[in-house]
Amino acid sequence: MGLLDKEFSEGNIIITTTENLFNWARLSSLWQVSFGLACCAIEMMATSASHYDFDRFGVIPRPSPRQSDVIIVSGTVTLKMALRVKRLYEQMPDPKYVISMGSCSNCGGPYWEHGYHVLKGVDRVIPVDVYVPGCPPRPEALLEGLLKLQEKIRNESLSKS
Amino acid sequence: MSVRTEEMVLNMGPQHPSTHGVLRLELTLEGEIITKVVPHIGYLHRCFEKHCEVMTYPQIIPYTDRMDYLAAMCNELGFVIGVEKLLAIQVPERVEYIRVIMAELQRIASHLVAIGTYGADIGAFTPFLYCFRDREKILNLFEITCGARLLYNYIWIGGLSHDLHPDFIRLTKEFIREFKPNLRELNNLLTYNKIFIDRTANIGILPLETAINYGVTGPMLRASGLRWDLRKDDSYSIYNKFDFEIPIGEGKMGTIGDSWDRYFVRVREMEESIKIIEQAIEQIPDGDVTAGIPKRIKPVVGHIYSRVENPRGELGYFIISDGSATPFRVKVRAPSFVNLQVLDVLCRGHMVADVIAILGSVDIVLGEVDR
Amino acid sequence: MKSFEEISKLLINQFPSINFEIKSDVKFEPYIIVPPNQIDNVCLFLRDNIDLQFDSLVNLSAVDDFNGEKTKDEQGNDIMKGGTLSLYYHLESIKYRHKILLRVLTDRDNPSVLSVTSVWNSANWHEREAFDLFGINFINHPDLRRILMPYDWEFGHPLRKDYQNPEFYQGMKVPY
Repeated sequence: MGLLDKEFSEGNIIITTTENLFNWARLSSLWQVSFGLACCAIEMMATSASHYDFDRFGVIPRPSPRQSDVIIVSGTVTLKMALRVKRLYEQMPDPKYVISMGSCSNCGGPYWEHGYHVLKGVDRVIPVDVYVPGCPPRPEALLEGLLKLQEKIRNESLSKS
Repeated sequence: MSVRTEEMVLNMGPQHPSTHGVLRLELTLEGEIITKVVPHIGYLHRCFEKHCEVMTYPQIIPYTDRMDYLAAMCNELGFVIGVEKLLAIQVPERVEYIRVIMAELQRIASHLVAIGTYGADIGAFTPFLYCFRDREKILNLFEITCGARLLYNYIWIGGLSHDLHPDFIRLTKEFIREFKPNLRELNNLLTYNKIFIDRTANIGILPLETAINYGVTGPMLRASGLRWDLRKDDSYSIYNKFDFEIPIGEGKMGTIGDSWDRYFVRVREMEESIKIIEQAIEQIPDGDVTAGIPKRIKPVVGHIYSRVENPRGELGYFIISDGSATPFRVKVRAPSFVNLQVLDVLCRGHMVADVIAILGSVDIVLGEVDR
Repeated sequence: MKSFEEISKLLINQFPSINFEIKSDVKFEPYIIVPPNQIDNVCLFLRDNIDLQFDSLVNLSAVDDFNGEKTKDEQGNDIMKGGTLSLYYHLESIKYRHKILLRVLTDRDNPSVLSVTSVWNSANWHEREAFDLFGINFINHPDLRRILMPYDWEFGHPLRKDYQNPEFYQGMKVPY
């Protein structure tokens, strides 16, 4: 983490900017809403299990959206479910992030042409930060998506423009 | 002085940590006791049957994977068996043996998820991690064969897409050697755990008459006392060459047909699947797995109903062909869709916490309930 | 275990007034065509008769036969008028291990069939799905409403072959 690591080993005083401190705190403990829709949810569960641990990045599943930072939309979003996804997103407190996992929530997936009940991409109802491709994406791909989100948070600024 | 009470309607909405997917349950409560449960489904309806009318037969196989995503090999097997009967082709023997090995490995993987998430719902988090550890080894075996961990597109009409990897047999034997003591460990952790027994025994008792009338199949029916398994009673592929038992519920910890019985039938089925895999590995012949795949797939005009024993029950495909390269209609009889109807009968008179225990023992996958 | 001919003979003897059509020369699975207003009596007999005991309804599928005449409606879309919708009932007896397939034909413009929920409870959701996706009305069904599509879906019945997709649903764009 640059400045923060060095200071810890040599003394007990750290000098950093407020922005860096807040961003570091936010990206190191992203709590996710346990929101699994379809097949990608199984790969998300496998990522949380012990082989590809999610907990070492600080990500733990919380059952309620009011206590979480990130929502990983994993699986197909149908028209019946889309309004509920929007409501869940609005229930999360700021700052909140969205990872769209899998082809179905990126763009409709294999059901893009003839699916009369499938929403072609969850970005038609909520704003998405990171898209993870795959059908389903491997756990390593989801971990890379998480790292990209951490990159994005690291470069955020406190003053919202 | 009497207390005036009212019934309350509680919503266990589509997003809930214990509903195994996007299922909405509307509970009508009298205090803490449940008087009615109405399930609302359709939150994952992905229009599989409409896709079947425009895709060709080989193109449908990846879509059948995605219905019951925990038992993808078994789904493909059911569809492919139906189309092969319509085409009247016979597959080589090596292909049959490999299909059985893959289906039984998939059955073990699916039951591991069912057991692990059931423990997590009840409150025991450790068996979840142990089950997923064993499941990773099975997914490794699938990955070296066909490249995918969860959704394979491996079983093709008339054969398979790839032959077995040269290390497959050795790694499978290693997996079986490591899995048998892990099963004993799981039994000590969860099956005979006093808290688990208190939460699941005598909960959600399903009498046999009700089960047959509601069309329930699979481990739920076997836990109510009937020894009915499609692998023996309506045998398909080469299951009649193997020697295995069908476990049924005996009411060891409570009554016959309660949640503990449904859970224990799944644990015993994993042991029987290991037996089948061991026998298949000994007997597997040599051959070419892609030799029997036809160049053009245009079945005759007609209809057929083919069914297989999925880890969740009887999966049936009713395929109507009009002689062209795409089917006229494919209707899927999904086991979880039919099993879920009986939830209302099972939950009456129990408390809210028992709904979670009963729903976990029914073992549904919303992908095939909604198709 | 009874064969298809024995079961058809028993049915014809029991219901002399009904005109069954026995299709025994169909490849793979022969079936019997039953009129839609007699299906619940026939099913009750099949379940309760001591020699047959069809205690399990395995599958109930609705099919759009697409055998009417093609016309165009006001907007110029292709629709079909006339023709039939079929329902296929797969029945099985767990005790005797025999199976049978029944077929019911009903007309496409105003489809209506008697419900068999009073005979087998598993028909409840199967019939709701046939109503939702094809528009078949089941008389005497305890709770006939949509099951897979949203409850306020007013754009028709999706699995019919001449179904047209709407452009917007509650503010969301439906096509790609």
